[in-house]
Amino acid sequence: MSKHTALYGTHEALGASFTDFGGWQMPLKYTSELAEHHAVRQAAGLFDLSHMGEVWVTGPDAGAFLDYALVGKLSAVVDGKAKYSLICNPDGGIIDDLITYRFGAEKYLVVPNAGNAPTVAAELAARAEGFDVVVEDASDTTSLIAVQGPNAEAILLKITGDSQHDLVTGLKYYAFTEVTVAGHDVILARTGYTGEDGFELFLPNGEAAALWASITEAGAGLGLIPCGLACRDSLRLEAGMPLYGNELSLEGNPFEAGFGQVVALSKEGDFVGKEALAALKAAGAGTTSGRRLVGLKGLGRRAARGHYPVLKDGAVIGEVTSGQPSPTLGYPVALAYVDVEHSAIGTALEADLRGKAEPFEVVALPFYKRAK
Amino acid sequence: MAKVAAGLQYSEEHEWVAREDGNVVSVGISAVATDALGDIVYVDLPEVGSTVTAGETCGEVESTKSVSDLYSPVTGEVTELNTTAVDDPAVINSDPYGAGWLFKVAAVSDGPLLSAEEYAAKNGGEL
Repeated sequence: MSKHTALYGTHEALGASFTDFGGWQMPLKYTSELAEHHAVRQAAGLFDLSHMGEVWVTGPDAGAFLDYALVGKLSAVVDGKAKYSLICNPDGGIIDDLITYRFGAEKYLVVPNAGNAPTVAAELAARAEGFDVVVEDASDTTSLIAVQGPNAEAILLKITGDSQHDLVTGLKYYAFTEVTVAGHDVILARTGYTGEDGFELFLPNGEAAALWASITEAGAGLGLIPCGLACRDSLRLEAGMPLYGNELSLEGNPFEAGFGQVVALSKEGDFVGKEALAALKAAGAGTTSGRRLVGLKGLGRRAARGHYPVLKDGAVIGEVTSGQPSPTLGYPVALAYVDVEHSAIGTALEADLRGKAEPFEVVALPFYKRAK
Repeated sequence: MAKVAAGLQYSEEHEWVAREDGNVVSVGISAVATDALGDIVYVDLPEVGSTVTAGETCGEVESTKSVSDLYSPVTGEVTELNTTAVDDPAVINSDPYGAGWLFKVAAVSDGPLLSAEEYAAKNGGEL
């Protein structure tokens, strides 16, 4: 039985098509996923991301605990900043990728993916033994609404008091603040999963529908439309961002996924997965051994999709993890794991598109980068 | 609810067939199919002069989210392609029973086809 967010009724009233994602009934699209994609690139889009998890970590050992539980050095994050990190198992396999927000030395918010939220909450609770911390899973009572696109800031300013405008305009990427938007006290973060400027707003479930309505009204003259998970996927793919379950998994490791820099092997003390990750790094995982996540650009019109084989001179040397025609760029794009010797930018490869090999080329990520 | 155009015939695989002059039929895909596929960005159609066989694949329809085989609902020789739909596949979404037709066939026989009423009932479509 799929769960519903507090905005389910709002989506129904808007005529959304729904899909099951991570155990939740979520809007796939409202009208056209292409129109929604272009709206985010050119104006603004409004997303319900309440399926994402919210786990609070509080107490005197909060920083030290997160340094042990996650692969990054969260204790070093500055108050008011967020950090992308991974939670790994003792073998170095990836349990989830997550964003951690530091409110203070004794207060952090960890945001895991929807389908992994219960696992991450349970894993954090288990790893908390011996630390003076409280791990509280607030996923079921917290909503998350995202406003993404070049007009996102202008829209939020319309419904934020003048005295707080500087807090919004001065907010840096991967930073957050606490402000009042349309009368609702929210955690406002300049984060996203689209490759555009944008914000994510956390607030209690009971206020989500009212805030959604206020943002919709504020964005009416600025091109804002509601957006579903279909365009969220195409937007994040163009931005070269991984999706757990596609690019990241328990069977994979951070180095082959291109996230070696988020593994803080030099931080003080032990952390879960340290020994295995150090061994993987020493063995050159993702650089001189094994496979590597790369971006592929299709030279024809047909797109490679998840699980399609990647070929070099007819031999299978990898597998596509995500792929589709890029709405912004106009050609097929894909993320794929390939043997490291075929991972250099410019390498000519093929993808097996249902029995027919089509040319693809390894290109730098992200596929799309917004003009600053 | 997806619209089903009256007066056309439909295959199980969601192609529609419209009778033109003589034995020539035009073929497209139903709104049930376009709704399920999402925004179509690429169509691969059989070549003019080639023979298509009822129930067999003759091309593919690719959307942002997925790709689906195109099955011919009739057997015969392909006489014309809708180059407008090839150049701008969005027309298949916006007008699947009109400007979004795909190809024409000089049909020698039909595969199993449903009436619009039967097809609508089977697929929860709206006539």
